[in-house]
Amino acid sequence: MESGCADVCCLKLDGLSVKLEGDSILEDVSFHLHCGEIVALIGPNGAGKSSLFRSILGQMPYRGSITFSPAGGPAIRLSDGAAIGGSRPLVGYVPQSPSFDRGDPVSVLDFFTAATAKWPVWLPVPQKYRDRCAACLARVHGEDLLDKAMGALSGGQLQRVLLALALEPVPHVLILDEPLSGVDIEGEHQLLEMLDELRTEYDLSILLSTHDFATLPQFADKVLLLNRRLLKAGTPDEVLSSPEFYETFHLHVGKGGGQ
Amino acid sequence: MELWYSIVELLPFDWAQPGSMYFMKNALLAVLVISPLFGLVSTMVVHSRMSFFSDALGHSAFTGMAIGALCGLGEPTWGAVAFAVVFALLFNLVRRRSNLNSDTVIGVFSSTAVALGIFISTLGGRSFTKFNTLLIGDILSVEPAKVGVLALILLLMLLLWAVSFNQLMLSAVHPALADSRGVKVFWQEAGFSVAIAVVVTVSMTWVGLLVINSLLVLPAAAARNIARNMAQYHLISLLGAIVAGIAGLMTSYYIGSSAGASITLYLSAWFLLTFLLRKKG
Repeated sequence: MESGCADVCCLKLDGLSVKLEGDSILEDVSFHLHCGEIVALIGPNGAGKSSLFRSILGQMPYRGSITFSPAGGPAIRLSDGAAIGGSRPLVGYVPQSPSFDRGDPVSVLDFFTAATAKWPVWLPVPQKYRDRCAACLARVHGEDLLDKAMGALSGGQLQRVLLALALEPVPHVLILDEPLSGVDIEGEHQLLEMLDELRTEYDLSILLSTHDFATLPQFADKVLLLNRRLLKAGTPDEVLSSPEFYETFHLHVGKGGGQ
Repeated sequence: MELWYSIVELLPFDWAQPGSMYFMKNALLAVLVISPLFGLVSTMVVHSRMSFFSDALGHSAFTGMAIGALCGLGEPTWGAVAFAVVFALLFNLVRRRSNLNSDTVIGVFSSTAVALGIFISTLGGRSFTKFNTLLIGDILSVEPAKVGVLALILLLMLLLWAVSFNQLMLSAVHPALADSRGVKVFWQEAGFSVAIAVVVTVSMTWVGLLVINSLLVLPAAAARNIARNMAQYHLISLLGAIVAGIAGLMTSYYIGSSAGASITLYLSAWFLLTFLLRKKG
């Protein structure tokens, strides 16, 4: 698989290991994430999904290597916070449900401007930033959310705002931490459709974690089953019917048999 | 100051007559500086849930005073500022390194500092009563030079707000998200807690440490009831603090109550009013 990244734009993890206070969180995880591909990360709680994300984001020390190769260009190595041999690829990050109180006086415009501009948002936000925020929200069909309070958004709306933020500037790799939790069925459908649009439009690599196995075959090109180690990688059908999958989630019934 | 005196003398109050009651005129100016300062800092204290932290700082500030006095500093306030800054930085370090909740860490720091203060100030059987003025505070004792120091701090705080408010807000909302967008979360939080430390200790002598935290909580708490975005939040917090500050000073002059306590009660009433008018949904 050494040549897997050859001339194609891709993110490559090689022998990634993470230890936290002596405990092994991730062991020898290797995989490729090609541009334009949606890869779903599944695994039980505490399997190391968040640690994997944080390693890619450069927020956690790790052993092994994470490199990013742009199409046709030389590979760039992502070390803790710094890139060697080229500019660091942009990683867009959609965190798992951030905490907003219902009464938080933070509008979507405030939040967005605070994260993307130097203009201090305790002063009235100028039209220039309003326009830019509206344009970014339009990418996720959320123009109408501009003046809403962050705390009053539904789960699906919040995910869309966070997604719009992760797309400004448009990253090379997009990471979503359990984007489907706390989102209703309609919101889930909308979100998945949007991710599909985005990867074709921007040739993005998308890596997301989820517990929702039923929808995997609809949107994921590849599924990674993680439980400290990478237990199984393949198409959704391959992974969902594998003995590793059944063993990890303690499902002892045949495929399609429910619990 | 001459300019200020001549402006105040235009006011139709008996203490505003030319050539008299300078302490009241100084106090009014001090209130006009302190109240926006607290109104501003308050927004972030409440937003990032640091009200217990600022409370602990106030309670431990007199320890700094006691140490300052022990070391023979002419101006114990500077001892208190230095102590509070060290307190704030140590607190941030311990919170980052330990697995304890932040309120537990604050409790540990606060009780240690208060005990240390009482220990030092009562060494050799000395009386604690000399610190009573600190508990209540006396805005009427403010000198023009001190108003200058406060104004400088207000200016610095506005600068901090202009430069790092966005990053502070993101850090409070979601540290990992802030980090992914290049915010140095630890340094932002450390910087902000040092700023609170300076504001609390410098203004403590005039406001009184028993009520100082209410000035850091109430303006923003009231504003949260009705504000829908950050600009409204700041405007309402600042206006509430300034109006309550002036009203509290006037009340204390006419009925002889403590200024700090009067200001706080006005703010409480303001909170009650905004609570009744609070936004729905």
